Amino acid sequence: MIEVVKLTKQFGSKLAVDHLSFSVKKGEVLGFLGPNGAGKSTTMRMVTGFIPPTSGDAKVCGISIVDQPNQAKQKIGYLPESAPLYQDMTVIGFLKFCAAIRGLTGSAKNEAVEKAIETCFLQSVARQSIDTLSKGYRHRTCLAQALLHDPEVLILDEPTDGLDPNQKHEVRQLIKRLGETKAILFSTHILEEVEASCSRAVIVDRGRIVADGTPAELIAQSGSGSLTDLFRKVTTRDTEPTAEAAA
Amino acid sequence: MSSLTIYRRELSSYFSQPTAYAIIVIFLFLSLGLTFSFGNFMRVGDSSLEWTFFFWQPWVFMLLAPAVGMKLWADEQRTGTIELLGTFPVSTWSAILGKFLAAATVWFVAIALTFPIVITVNYLGDPDNGAILSGYIGAFLVCCTFLAITMLVSACTRDQVVCLIVSVAICVLMVLCGYDDFTRELAKAVSPGFVEGIVSIGVWDHFRSLNRGLFRLQDFIWFGSIITVCLLGTSAILSAKRA
Repeated sequence: MIEVVKLTKQFGSKLAVDHLSFSVKKGEVLGFLGPNGAGKSTTMRMVTGFIPPTSGDAKVCGISIVDQPNQAKQKIGYLPESAPLYQDMTVIGFLKFCAAIRGLTGSAKNEAVEKAIETCFLQSVARQSIDTLSKGYRHRTCLAQALLHDPEVLILDEPTDGLDPNQKHEVRQLIKRLGETKAILFSTHILEEVEASCSRAVIVDRGRIVADGTPAELIAQSGSGSLTDLFRKVTTRDTEPTAEAAA
Repeated sequence: MSSLTIYRRELSSYFSQPTAYAIIVIFLFLSLGLTFSFGNFMRVGDSSLEWTFFFWQPWVFMLLAPAVGMKLWADEQRTGTIELLGTFPVSTWSAILGKFLAAATVWFVAIALTFPIVITVNYLGDPDNGAILSGYIGAFLVCCTFLAITMLVSACTRDQVVCLIVSVAICVLMVLCGYDDFTRELAKAVSPGFVEGIVSIGVWDHFRSLNRGLFRLQDFIWFGSIITVCLLGTSAILSAKRA
């Protein structure tokens, strides 16, 4: 469903993503791990067609995001990192706008909006203005936007960031449930989340994949039975002097 | 289709917030206030509106038009919603068009609300309504030009204040260049060729002929090309920013 082939992104002299290749099949939830600045968000932005890759390609349901961006974008539901929303709209107004822009009209649009509101538990705030919402509700509103058109592929950039433990649990359950019928790629810092909801995980460091496997395999790989140890072993800490800085 | 969806969203955002109302009210006060005070509307007794009413429009637009356009892209970039828009199956171009038309609609409403002055001159005298209509078209085109410039500037920055200041500066320049008193002073200092060049970027030459009821192809091409270039530039800047 998601097929990333040698995806590369260069910002000036900085190589943010370095020939990254991986794939996510239907029914699979791929956890995307890595320290801040490892290139997770950049990769997701390229796969969703927000920024063009310097080289390489990403195929969504067999459609290239580089060659046919509009067709590929229709297959994707995307939750950006900061869960951006139009503050001046109501939750329902915003979702209706997103549904309309996805080409849904009439009763199909209303049904999609209602279903998304239900899935993300937004009933109580549906008619409220977005700028009055708490962070948890904002996050879920943006998640609802990604589910509207029942996409085959979901790309979620830190979907549990800033949520309270209850909300985190809900979102993880939701991801797990949706993952049965869709291909999901989601990034996170929280390693327990990987065990809780991923069927596979990759660890990215400086734009390259440094570990790949099911949560159980990764834990075995760590030698000490802890994902955290593996994470610390394979990634670079920003307190360490980098090769460039040393030179 | 997607342009229409974006157009509707932008337009309802203008009217669900105080922005559009504040600007429309201030615009009406300023343009009609200037007509009756400095324009000497009552004393001149001229029913054509050319000098009493339309003359003031570019001066008001240069300050107020950027206030309507400044949020168009600056706000999207500040709040990050541009990332949503960029991952929806819509082209940048249709988003640009939808946003531009929404801002233009706000101004269309504002300008249309000056209609009592037209009723007044028709009641008091016998004006050439064709010329008045053409004056209105000219005023709207000046406004759209300023909006397009503001949109271009707003694509460059995420800060609305910076966008407002820079766009107002550009619009003020376009109003001053080509204004007779200004060019007369300029002519004393520099060569006539240079003055001509300066005048050509000013709005007066094109606005004034429409104001007199003259439909000249070159004026429409001038307004149309500035608007098109600004919108194309917006598209180019937005794409370049993502790369």
